[in-house]
Amino acid sequence: MLRRYGPGLTLLICLLVAFWLLMLVIVPNITLFEQSFRPYLPVVEIGGPRDTYSFANYLKVLDSSVEKSLFGYSFSIPVHVYTFSLTIFYSMLVTVICFALAYPLAYYMAKIVNPKTLPTLLLMLFIPLWVSEVLRAFAWWIILAFKGPLNAMLLGIGLIDAPVRWTNMGYTGVVIGLIYTYVLFMLFPVYNAVQSLDTNQIEAAEDLGAPWWKIHWRIVLPHAKPGIASGSVMVFMLSAGSLLVPSILGSTTSQWFTQTIDQWFKDALDWNTASAYAFMLLSLCTVFVTIAMWLFKVKLSDIAK
Amino acid sequence: MHKLRQNLSHLYTVLFLCYLIAPLVVMSGAAFNDSKLPSIVPWKGWTGRWFVDLWNDDRMLMAFANTLWVAAAVAVISVIIGTAAAILINSISGRVRTVLYSMMIATILIPGVVIGISTMIMWTKLGGALFGPEGKPFPFVPGLHLSVLGQVSYIAAMVMLLVLARLQSFDPGLEEAALDLGASHGQVMRRILLPHLYPAIFAGGAVAFFQSIENFNVTQFTRGGADTLTVYVFSKVRSGITPTINALAFLLICVTLVLAVIYEINRRRRARIEAAREAEARRAEEMAEVTGVA
Repeated sequence: MLRRYGPGLTLLICLLVAFWLLMLVIVPNITLFEQSFRPYLPVVEIGGPRDTYSFANYLKVLDSSVEKSLFGYSFSIPVHVYTFSLTIFYSMLVTVICFALAYPLAYYMAKIVNPKTLPTLLLMLFIPLWVSEVLRAFAWWIILAFKGPLNAMLLGIGLIDAPVRWTNMGYTGVVIGLIYTYVLFMLFPVYNAVQSLDTNQIEAAEDLGAPWWKIHWRIVLPHAKPGIASGSVMVFMLSAGSLLVPSILGSTTSQWFTQTIDQWFKDALDWNTASAYAFMLLSLCTVFVTIAMWLFKVKLSDIAK
Repeated sequence: MHKLRQNLSHLYTVLFLCYLIAPLVVMSGAAFNDSKLPSIVPWKGWTGRWFVDLWNDDRMLMAFANTLWVAAAVAVISVIIGTAAAILINSISGRVRTVLYSMMIATILIPGVVIGISTMIMWTKLGGALFGPEGKPFPFVPGLHLSVLGQVSYIAAMVMLLVLARLQSFDPGLEEAALDLGASHGQVMRRILLPHLYPAIFAGGAVAFFQSIENFNVTQFTRGGADTLTVYVFSKVRSGITPTINALAFLLICVTLVLAVIYEINRRRRARIEAAREAEARRAEEMAEVTGVA
């Protein structure tokens, strides 16, 4: 490197990368970590005797329990832990549905469609991706509105008798919005992975009499695993970290964990607790993704392909 | 049976495209409906007044200008940092490479909320440590410049991936040859390496620009009092929706469509030229065979 680009350029390149990783990534995260252990104090008391490290901000997660029941068991659970578990659960649900929607299309694009029309198809898929996320969520806000087109259509064809309050049914609106917003982040990695599969393998399996579901189960899916893993990680992290969609399409009963963080930060102005919560979100999601990758035996470097 | 499955998959693709595009159509349609609430039912007749309202909405125009500035800044900085990172990753190996590369990739996965809060806290605390709690100077106060830095922290990784992919097809022998022939290091970079990377750099710049326009999470936590388009639309959606947002959405979708059509026409023209050239080459070859020149 030194020989090829000379000392000046090498130094410049290293400095740029160092600025990125240190000033924009590592130091901010260390600061976040450090701040999360400090109490929220008025400006004059910062650095004073009460400004000591403690786990108090993290323990706030355990405050104020609510009664919930699941499968007939009723138990009491801290409200923020509850929010967090639901966030994780619904993010997983979104990921699974996105995969179910995207996989047939990815296979179609990679193996069935006429290669001449593929670029046009890709372009048409890209158009919604270029439209901003907030507008896509807003579009669903219109569609799901109580007097909106979806209810009008369903009433029109007689599927329902009375209009449904879509955005007031727990997490329904949020899940619908997240799927629409992030399904393409699943489609493209899976498509890339399926595309690299040799079509001869599929034909050989067909010739040997394998049924279509077995071809997918034993040949296409195992081959596409890195793509599926990277798509899933993307969709999961984007969903769990999304603030826009839950805020726009959420109901009164659908609190997303990012909304809790937002409230600490913007409404309570308690940056320290917000830091603690943000750090919890980051670390728990990381743990979750690491476990998922370990289970599916894929590496982080595979994800970026 | 095979035929049936094939038809089903065609049908599925069409349905999927409808699913993707229908919400955008509904949203655009509501821009022309003469109703105070943005919707297409009940239809109350055509109107263009939401576009007039949009044009008169100064805060919106301001937010739009802010968005363009932020996006341009993010694109430029991300391209510079991302390209440097790709060159660095490409010229080292072993453990250091793995660690650096993983760190860079990981930035894409960090939730935007975390990036936003951590950027905000670090810069304001740094300002506080350097200049005391009152009267912090420019870079250490909340504002859109912090949004730029926060967005760069993960968008640079996307640019890095694009440039790195392009670097794979680069022949390092060219650099060696240029150096042997007496080119300076700067010339090697400017004349040989960068021209090869230009397609990826431009693609990276475009991706960075659009990613920045889309960004909400980072901007929301770092922006201070300033608006970007996303933040403004968001606040509008939450408090008192008017169909001006639909008018805006319609215009943005139109811009996207025009760009997409231009791209498609361009691609088809290139494909046709390519095909013609290939046919030409084939004919020449055949001629050569027939006349026995080959």
